[in-house]
Amino acid sequence: MLAVLAVLGLLAFGLLSKGSSGIALGEAAPTSPLPRLEGGGSGSLADYRGRWVLVNFWASWCIPCREEAPALERFQRRHGGGGFTVLGIDSRDLSGDGRAFVRRYGLSYPQLRDGDGATAHDFGTTGVPENYLLDPRGRLRLLVRGPVSEEYLAGEVAPLLSGGGS
Amino acid sequence: MLWVGLALILTVLDPAGTRAATPQTSLSEVSSEVMCPVCGTLLELAESPQAQREKAFVSRLVGEGRSKEQIKDALVAEYGTEVLALPQGSGFDLSAYLVPVIAFLVAVVALALGVLRWRRAGQRSDRADPSPAAGPSPEDSERLDADLARYDL
Repeated sequence: MLAVLAVLGLLAFGLLSKGSSGIALGEAAPTSPLPRLEGGGSGSLADYRGRWVLVNFWASWCIPCREEAPALERFQRRHGGGGFTVLGIDSRDLSGDGRAFVRRYGLSYPQLRDGDGATAHDFGTTGVPENYLLDPRGRLRLLVRGPVSEEYLAGEVAPLLSGGGS
Repeated sequence: MLWVGLALILTVLDPAGTRAATPQTSLSEVSSEVMCPVCGTLLELAESPQAQREKAFVSRLVGEGRSKEQIKDALVAEYGTEVLALPQGSGFDLSAYLVPVIAFLVAVVALALGVLRWRRAGQRSDRADPSPAAGPSPEDSERLDADLARYDL
C-alpha cells in the first residue's frame, strides 16, 4: 500500500511539475531570459517593454520558416525601430545551423536561442513557425500558427503599429 | 637520423589530426541513447528533418573522434537534458531508479512480516490446542456403548 501511494504521489508530482502552458490573447507573455543566438549574452522579452514585438519561433530545419524569413526581414526593415521589432527565437535547433540560417537570409532583427524548447512550451507553440505579436505592455495581441505572409503583415500587423493600439 | 627522417615522413603522411579522429563510437550507438526532441522518439527511429540534422551533427562528431559521452554532452548543450533517452540520476528523474528499488524492498519486508506473523499464529494455535487425548472421555464411551447396543450389531 505504501509503495502504491509513493508511486501515485510521484506521478502526481511529475504531472504538476510539467504544468500547463500557453498564453491567450490579452495575457502577458513569458519573459524568461534566453541566450542570444549570436554574440553571447542573454536577452529577454522584458528588454523590449514599451515596443511592439513580433515574436517569431523558427528553426533552420523548418521549410515554411525559410519561406517566411524574407517577408519578416522586409517588414523589419520597413517598420523596425524604436517602436517595433521582430524578435526571432530559434527553437529546438542546432545553434550552428541556426546561425547559418540567419546569415543565409540576411536577418537583421535580434535572435534568441531556445535549444530545449522550454520557452516555446511556455508560449504554447504547437510547432514552427509560429508568430506572436505582443503590445508594448508585453500582452499578446495576435497569434499566427504557421508562417506569416507579407500580406498578413501589411494588413494585420502594420495597422496596429501605426495606430498605437495598446 | 634515419629514424628522425622516418618520423617526419610518417607525420606528413599521417598527421596527428587524422590519428586523433579515429572513431570511438558510431552513429547507431549514440542514436539509440538519445532522443529526437521534436519527434519525441529515439533518434534511431526518427526520420524528420530535425532528426536528419541531429544525425548529421552526431556523425560529424563521431568523425572527429569524440567519445559517446562527449557527443551526448554536446547534444545536451544544444537541446538540454531532455535529449537524453535515459533518465538522469538527479531531480525528478531519479525516481525512475529509486521507485523500483523502494517498491522491491517494501515488498520483501511485507513478505517477511507476513511469513513471521503466519508462523507465530501457527505456534500459538499449537499451544492453545494440545494434542488430542488418547481416547474418548468416560461419558463419551458410555454414550457410544449405548448407541452401539441399540443397533444390536
